[in-house]
Amino acid sequence: MTAIAGAVGAVVTVLASLVAATATAAADPGVLLPLQGGFAAIGDLASGVLLWLLDQWYWLLDWVYYLTGVEMFNPQYRFMHRAVLVGLCVGVMAPLIGTFLVHRQLALIGDALAHTAFAGVAVGLFLNAVIDLGVSPYLTAVVVAMIAALCIELISEVTDAYNDVSMAIVLSTGFALGTTLISLNAGGLAVGIDQFLFGNLSTVSPESAGILLVLFAVIVGTVAVTRNQLLYVTFDETAAAVSGIPVRWYNRVTVMLTAMVVVGAMQIMGVILVAAMLVVPVAGATQVARSFRESLLVSVVLAELAVLLGIAVSYYAGVTAGGVIVLVAVGIYVLAAAVGRVRPALAEETDRETGTIDADTDAGTGAGGD
Amino acid sequence: MSDQSTSTTASGESTADDPADPSPTAVPVVALDGVTFGYTATPVVEDVSLTVAPGEYVAVVGPNGSGKSTLMQLMLGLLAPDAGAARLFGEPADRFDDGERIGYVAQHAGVAKEMPITVREVVEMGRFPHVGFGRLSSADRAIVERALDTVGMAGFADRRVTRLSGGQRQRAFIARALAGEADLLVLDEPTVGVDAESVEAFYELLASLNDRGITVLLIEHDLGAVVEHADRVVCLNREVYYDGPTDEFVRSDALARAFGAGAGALADAGVDG
Repeated sequence: MTAIAGAVGAVVTVLASLVAATATAAADPGVLLPLQGGFAAIGDLASGVLLWLLDQWYWLLDWVYYLTGVEMFNPQYRFMHRAVLVGLCVGVMAPLIGTFLVHRQLALIGDALAHTAFAGVAVGLFLNAVIDLGVSPYLTAVVVAMIAALCIELISEVTDAYNDVSMAIVLSTGFALGTTLISLNAGGLAVGIDQFLFGNLSTVSPESAGILLVLFAVIVGTVAVTRNQLLYVTFDETAAAVSGIPVRWYNRVTVMLTAMVVVGAMQIMGVILVAAMLVVPVAGATQVARSFRESLLVSVVLAELAVLLGIAVSYYAGVTAGGVIVLVAVGIYVLAAAVGRVRPALAEETDRETGTIDADTDAGTGAGGD
Repeated sequence: MSDQSTSTTASGESTADDPADPSPTAVPVVALDGVTFGYTATPVVEDVSLTVAPGEYVAVVGPNGSGKSTLMQLMLGLLAPDAGAARLFGEPADRFDDGERIGYVAQHAGVAKEMPITVREVVEMGRFPHVGFGRLSSADRAIVERALDTVGMAGFADRRVTRLSGGQRQRAFIARALAGEADLLVLDEPTVGVDAESVEAFYELLASLNDRGITVLLIEHDLGAVVEHADRVVCLNREVYYDGPTDEFVRSDALARAFGAGAGALADAGVDG
């Protein structure tokens, strides 16, 4: 557990430093406390590294443009470079976490968390307007969504089940809180909320791309370390508990990672459609994959396909990216389902060739294996 | 049944050493002492005391709602008793952290049904408590292959678990327990929804594993299977109605008392079959 605690601690530090960095940038440097100064230094370092990474990405896509001449990657459109980066990251992390949700019948938790993330966005906008905090709404969204995720998990631990009633309550509370805060503040609000509801390729700022890179690193890192435990808990929770895995901790980690994915994907997918990225590619992969490893890989490939096709269509046809990405993903799912229907018929033929394997019940002979 | 010294009201702190048994290795696998548990004020399990020694083949039977599954969860430390003490390998069950010593096989309905996962991937889970955050070594993989061989599932290793029959699937879960090198195999109604022919083979497999020294604890509603295979029967309906050798259980009236009238015919059928 210490590894997870460390990872979560690291996230909190990095996020806090980002908050501090953006906050101090807006505040008068003359009145900084020493502690804030320290945070600012870490924040400067973190954002420096992220901006450097972003620069490398621009450079890479510039080369792609010069080599292929694809208009979408034109160096004049830095926002498209960032949108593609965000899209590619979402295409990895959404199905990665989604796999562990879908197979536990938790597909809707992403939707609930997205709506609470919207409340987080509203909180950020509200604080910026009222006390001039100057913090990215995506950061407050991460914080609020993670708190909501923990609440859903704790409720389910007390009541011994994930029930859709509590999920529905959390979902609507989040959205209600969001709309209330925003309407309360409507007079002083310069930024529209459409970009949060529906996502927008052109509003992905360097700062929010940086936030996404941090989320991406945390999510992929945590899953890479705890993949064994997550798989065991997902497949057979009781057996996992018997074997000594602290199931509750892994459930908490899973929902908090889900909250991070949701906020990361919100930038291009929007609150309303973000849950689709957690579910649809995974559902497609389930139809065709033969093993768990393969299903993870296939779901990422399907998601990347949907994201890239969706962004391209949205760029050239001038339509909302989120909607197109989901439509493409659903199209891929239907194809996968069709393939999944056809394949068992073929598999049955090969079965007949191999014949049934004799079930050897004598335990003594097994010991002599390899 | 000399090893069942549960009536000795040992002080709660004593280790589970049985003075009647001189062997130092004979720390009971499971030791319940006056265990009572209820989800509400009404106890589901009341004042249950029993011990399971290493190498035993014990079946816990009882009608629906008799607290069998709850008792199993108490034994495994998934629940903490309201009163009394539950011990696993001599440690308090709810703080037991040597999980790889236990292999657990649930009703096959209990796991994620639509998940794309191969038999080998399921069996590999048995190694997870051993490797923690690490990767499976070649030694781990060899153990996995051996476990697949033992249960006769080597030929199905790359098959999706969802495409197996009920009996094959339960063999895969047994293999997972073997891969974990478990000393104790706990099965919660493992043959529900498994066709009759496979059930017979499944119990033969259990018997052969028991012959190798693995302790088998079977929670079962199928009395026929129990009287045929288990060495010892614990008949439960909130309280323990019978605890002793299987032969005597069949002759006793415990069944009728625990299940109510009409259950005797069931047991007879079980003996004949």
